[in-house]
Amino acid sequence: MPEKKKRRKLDEDKCLNQDNMADETNPSPENEKSLSPESKEQKSVTPDKSYNEKIKQITSKWMEGSGAEAEIVISSRIRLARNISGFPFPPLASDEHREKVLSMGKKVLQEQKDYLSDMNLLDISSFSAVYRQVLVEKHLISPLQARESLSSALILRDDEVVSIMINEEDHFRIQCLLPGLQLKKGWEEASRYDDYLEQVVDYAFHQDLGYLTACPTNVGTGLRASVMLYLPALVITGQINHILSAISQVGLAVRGIYGEGTEMVGGLCQVSNQITLGQSEEEIWQNLYSVIRHLINQERKARQHLLNKERDKLADRAGRAYGILKHARLLNAEETMQFISDVRLGVDLGLLGDVPVGTLNELLVLTQPGCLQYLKGKSLSPYERDLERATRVKQYLP
Amino acid sequence: MLCQKCNKKNASVHLTKIINGNKSEIYICEDCARENGELDFPLEGKFPLYQFFSGMMGMNAPENAEAVMPVEEAVMQCAACGLTYAQFGQIGRFGCDRCYESFDRNILPLFRRLHGNQKHMGKIPTRAGTHLKLKKKIDHLKLELQKKVMDEDFEAAAELRDQIHDLEKQLAEGGAGDA
Ligand SMILES: [Zn+2]
Ligand SMILES: [Zn+2]
Repeated sequence: MPEKKKRRKLDEDKCLNQDNMADETNPSPENEKSLSPESKEQKSVTPDKSYNEKIKQITSKWMEGSGAEAEIVISSRIRLARNISGFPFPPLASDEHREKVLSMGKKVLQEQKDYLSDMNLLDISSFSAVYRQVLVEKHLISPLQARESLSSALILRDDEVVSIMINEEDHFRIQCLLPGLQLKKGWEEASRYDDYLEQVVDYAFHQDLGYLTACPTNVGTGLRASVMLYLPALVITGQINHILSAISQVGLAVRGIYGEGTEMVGGLCQVSNQITLGQSEEEIWQNLYSVIRHLINQERKARQHLLNKERDKLADRAGRAYGILKHARLLNAEETMQFISDVRLGVDLGLLGDVPVGTLNELLVLTQPGCLQYLKGKSLSPYERDLERATRVKQYLP
Repeated sequence: MLCQKCNKKNASVHLTKIINGNKSEIYICEDCARENGELDFPLEGKFPLYQFFSGMMGMNAPENAEAVMPVEEAVMQCAACGLTYAQFGQIGRFGCDRCYESFDRNILPLFRRLHGNQKHMGKIPTRAGTHLKLKKKIDHLKLELQKKVMDEDFEAAAELRDQIHDLEKQLAEGGAGDA
């Protein structure tokens, strides 16, 4: 379990301004600069945890590189937004109401303990800014929830596959996050936990509009299904933009693996549904599933094409990337992602030695700013992060 | 109105800030808004959909928001949480589940544009679902009742009336019956 550490409540104004604290000249994922301004005050995040213990905390089931189509699909996620009837939604809720929602979450754990004995409630507000950032980078909480300090909590299953965010934009957000392409299982799991919750909580539900949510883009099923993909060959062959724009025509959204607005680097991207109202849950994830299947086929064809036509170039690209990852002294976030992607393609196509897919997935997370600072046990400037990133990559890559 | 920040230029941006449930209204000029990052972050965190919603709701960009939204719409308010329709347009978020009824007529077109639909076709919660099934059954029996009355089959009608009465009682008690 993550260490608990007392820290003062985040100042709302600072929260608002933190995104303006751009301190980097090169474009990089937004998380690179989104650490709370107070992080400097936290001289040591975890003085007493060993490197191995921290690595264990950071790595998670979804990164392990298992599940169907694991060489192309990194993970599948189902998220259900649920709210309590008659309570103001979190964006407008008073401190008192937020506290009541949290109590409701505790009540669920208590009353459904027969089913939820392998879950624990984590008090997000007790975590350091750096550790919250780690949870964001692990895709267990959202950036919004990382900024919220009051009565903000996470119910997390021991294997981290199922989690329930409390007081994010909605009162509850149930998430099931699995490695590989497993949308069906993700939906079944999330729905099961939804049923446990509903036994205790009076849901805000409308006969015609379904589950009522804070944002009108989630109303209806409250379901967001998203798949994290790795499509390097489509990028190298220049087909990616064409394909992705076609996807956005069928009601799906595409973005980088670290949130809205982040660039798609090395063919790493997330595809998710946008429509939540007027389709059943099965229709929603099945639509996504069939598009993902199509993408997998296209990517396979592109890989075969590259293998036939540009084998040496690909092997060279992978080898160079590996060499840089192994020997560079400074690595920025974006190039690291690109090199990891290049190495991975080489490994997948049998052009480079044997690096486990899981290790490469884990590296994508380990080299994020929050994880780097957590591992180091102190806050780091962008330059120091680049130094640290190169050190960690060298150490972690077999 | 002058900008509440610099007191020099005309206030053209109307902001509603909601922090921890406290609402405050600010009128500032576009320069000050940009300087404070307010145009990008009207509420806590990012709201990339902000402009998008305003457009969809038939409202316009912040610089002349007040000019175009009809006043009677802008002041429509949710009785439960106090959110006005204008505020909803600004933050793109509802204040509570009752907002959906409060802004009923106005938001259905928004749902059609966002989702291409306005009717939920998915999961129905078990407990709330029992309630809904009960309601549907009552509606069905009421139709039957009308038919019987029209056919002047008063004996059957009386029976149906008793049945409806029982179900309505169940509904009032929380709908835990075997609907
Ligand atoms: Zn001004
Ligand atoms: Zn309301």
